[in-house]
Amino acid sequence: MAVYNLKVNGKSRQVDVDPTTPVLWVLREHLNMPGTKYGCGVSMCGACTIHLNGNAVHSCQLPVSSVGSREITTIEGLSENGSHPVQKAWLEHDVAQCGYCQTGQIMTAAALLRTNPNPTDAQIEAAMNGNICRCGTYLRIKDAVKSAAKQK
Amino acid sequence: MEKIKTTHSRRSFLRSSMLAGGGLMISFNWLSEFNLSDKISGLDTAEQWNELTGYIKITPENVIKILNPNPEFGQNVMTSLPMIVAEELDVEWQKVVIEMGPHDNVKLGPQFTGGSNSVRMYWKPLRDAGAAARHMLIDAAAQTWNVPIEEVTTKAGMIYHEKTGKSGTYGDFASKASGLAIPKGVKLKDVQNFKVVRNSQKNVEGLKIVTGKPLFSLDHNQEGMLIAMIEHPPAFGMKLKSFDASQTLKMPGIKDVFSLKLYEDGFEQAGFDTRTFNDLLVVVGNTTWEVMNARKKLSVQWEPTTEIKETKNMFGRKQDVVIPAGLESSQSHYSKMQARAKEPATQLRKDGDPETAFKNAAQVIERTYTAPFLAHNCMEPMNCFAHVTDEKALLVGPHQAPGWIEPTLSKILNLPADKIEIQMTRMGGGFGLRAYGHYVTEAALISKKVKAPVKLVYSREDDMTYGIYRPMYTATYRAALDANKNLIAFHVKGGGIPEHPVHANRFPAGAVDNYLAEGWELSSNITVGAFRAPGSNFNAAAEQSFLDELAEAMGKDPIEFRLELLKRAKENPVGKNNDYDVDRYAGVLKLVKEKSGWNKPENKKYSRGVAAYFCHNSYAAHVVDIVKRDDQPYVERVFSAIDCGIVINPDAATNMVQGAVVDGIGNAFYGRLSHKEGVAEQNNFNRYRMIRLREAPKKIEVHFVENDIDPTGLGEPPFPPVFGAVANALYKNTGKRLYDQPYLEALNNNPA
Ligand code: FES
Ligand code: FES
Repeated sequence: MAVYNLKVNGKSRQVDVDPTTPVLWVLREHLNMPGTKYGCGVSMCGACTIHLNGNAVHSCQLPVSSVGSREITTIEGLSENGSHPVQKAWLEHDVAQCGYCQTGQIMTAAALLRTNPNPTDAQIEAAMNGNICRCGTYLRIKDAVKSAAKQK
Repeated sequence: MEKIKTTHSRRSFLRSSMLAGGGLMISFNWLSEFNLSDKISGLDTAEQWNELTGYIKITPENVIKILNPNPEFGQNVMTSLPMIVAEELDVEWQKVVIEMGPHDNVKLGPQFTGGSNSVRMYWKPLRDAGAAARHMLIDAAAQTWNVPIEEVTTKAGMIYHEKTGKSGTYGDFASKASGLAIPKGVKLKDVQNFKVVRNSQKNVEGLKIVTGKPLFSLDHNQEGMLIAMIEHPPAFGMKLKSFDASQTLKMPGIKDVFSLKLYEDGFEQAGFDTRTFNDLLVVVGNTTWEVMNARKKLSVQWEPTTEIKETKNMFGRKQDVVIPAGLESSQSHYSKMQARAKEPATQLRKDGDPETAFKNAAQVIERTYTAPFLAHNCMEPMNCFAHVTDEKALLVGPHQAPGWIEPTLSKILNLPADKIEIQMTRMGGGFGLRAYGHYVTEAALISKKVKAPVKLVYSREDDMTYGIYRPMYTATYRAALDANKNLIAFHVKGGGIPEHPVHANRFPAGAVDNYLAEGWELSSNITVGAFRAPGSNFNAAAEQSFLDELAEAMGKDPIEFRLELLKRAKENPVGKNNDYDVDRYAGVLKLVKEKSGWNKPENKKYSRGVAAYFCHNSYAAHVVDIVKRDDQPYVERVFSAIDCGIVINPDAATNMVQGAVVDGIGNAFYGRLSHKEGVAEQNNFNRYRMIRLREAPKKIEVHFVENDIDPTGLGEPPFPPVFGAVANALYKNTGKRLYDQPYLEALNNNPA
């Protein structure tokens, strides 16, 4: 066990965990932020996507010991009440079916639009291809990313 | 009639709020208009909720709550079922509070998600409930105002008496109304006058979903909760022999390691008590990561199983099932199926004299199709929270049918049913798998053993390798043509592990003079079960590919060929019990023909495939357009025509059809769960290929047949014909007929 001081959604949080613990489980089970989802644990589905210094990363393969002073943003910190343009676009297009993958999808999309406010179709496909949606909401995801891009 | 006093206690109100993730489930629009937290905090006492029928609660302040009775797994019943109530109750949709109901089959009906049944089975009861409650409110107002009941009207949650100019809110009369008898047979609205139903309404949980609120049972957390995981045998056909947990117990955070039996010997299993392994080796600890790590330190001896005999009680029909021993492989499955297909099979239906017709045929076309096991791969792996004590049990979990698992829990835990509370969480997908209750039962037994609240968690690897898979199927289709290329006989002989897929009375039964359907089955120790449109998801691939090939051999357009057969079935049907509606079947074909611009020159650049199918009471047809992209076939566009009767929530229904199309393309192209010596060869998404965003079509245009037929279900029907349409379009694109799924594997293994 070791103590880590993490910066999560703009606040400093202290956890005492095994250094190998993925940030996914630190968030879900130690910091009680279950918006970041477990889907595969092997960086193949994107359900666990968070932002590390603004970039989308899979938190299931990110040991807490490797975070250092970098800033973590989770879905809980993207906005307080769903007011982020990507979240609004998701509601506008009523994207979700079961909804389980959607926080990961939103985090990936938000990171894409931060660095590339006007992505082409191919860029959206490339950025979003790591996020599986078992319910098959891909068309709406794509439309929502485009709407969010326009809102910005 | 007894007074229906609000029996919902404060505790249960808070409980259901908690289930919703720490607050009421409210529609997004309402949230933006009102500051709800102020409004709700004053309502936190159950006494103020007046219950009118089991589904509706109204406060004196006119806050109107509708309970969704049925488990939600992404089909959007949380929105569509309350819409039906709201319609008849005559309230403004945007102002209604929607909440997941408790498990209570007496008050809230069958509470079962599956078989595309949710809307179909709740349509009438929910309309009745809404209409009855409205009538009770009107009655209460008429009595209070001392006016004739016929003169009292409602509009959007308000009650009026025009002559006296009196008016009031539903809330004003809710208390009085809740004391009245629930009237039966209240006149329902004319469907032409619907205001809520048939208008697109947003998902009532949308805001919670996009803000990451804890809606799912895997998110469930409470004081003192432990995490459990099950170490299962590495292969089907193996079981636990012995274990040494000394190293595991030294790992940080680990509380206990033990083995237990899911079902005692001789336990009579209910129909959906299917489970993969019976001897469970359980590791319990503080956190998921700690338990995952500690599992690796287990030292376990496994041994081969012997043949197992089980008794199953399929809703009253008892069945003895023999589960064979042995380590099975997919390769031997295919060769066994091939050999078995040559043996005689059970006759399921026979019309005319197929034998003679085949003997006299000018041409016989025969093709054999196969499909592998599929894993459900719900995005949220199986899991369940349980807190079992000597007195009672609380289960919080993702389950499609709490009423099915409760009797099993009652027997296994030795608790009366009324001491078992099952809270239904939003499910991260189901696709049929969550109709089975193994993980619920496992969680309950583990909690009982460790005497603590426990959340059982399956890793993705657990979820994929001890699944309850879609069966393996095969079918051989034969058609006899006379010298003029008329279809004179049709024969399907289908089999599977462990069940055959044949629906003998479905199309083209009824359209061909000489018809024979047969089925056979092979047993296996690999567990299988329902998967979105069981049986149909294979039939629509095989049969619809075969009809396409047949049309080609007969020199006919594939849509016209099907329409001709349907015309025959309508005008002069062959045999009895043809269980499809010819007009609705033909209707979706005609609609998809029109909407897709079938045979239009501007669509020449696409390799087009068509298929249609009927299952679960609804009809679906798709035209799939394939192009080559990076030298590989890519489904760029799909046109879908659906007849599911009245569509409750059009945009959400469109979403579900689009999802079914994507799901169908993914499974048709890539889906396969194979075994070697009993071991699942795919254990995560790096080996099990799932369709991804780049592979999804650019456009899926969904059209619903407009009619006033009571809803007939939507979750499954659009899925099966995707497979056939994809196969037929792939043929156009590659020049090769594909008989074995997954198609992309078949293509790349036999390049032209
Ligand atoms: S859980 Fe991290 S990518 Fe799947
Ligand atoms: S909405 Fe269900 S997995 Fe994406």
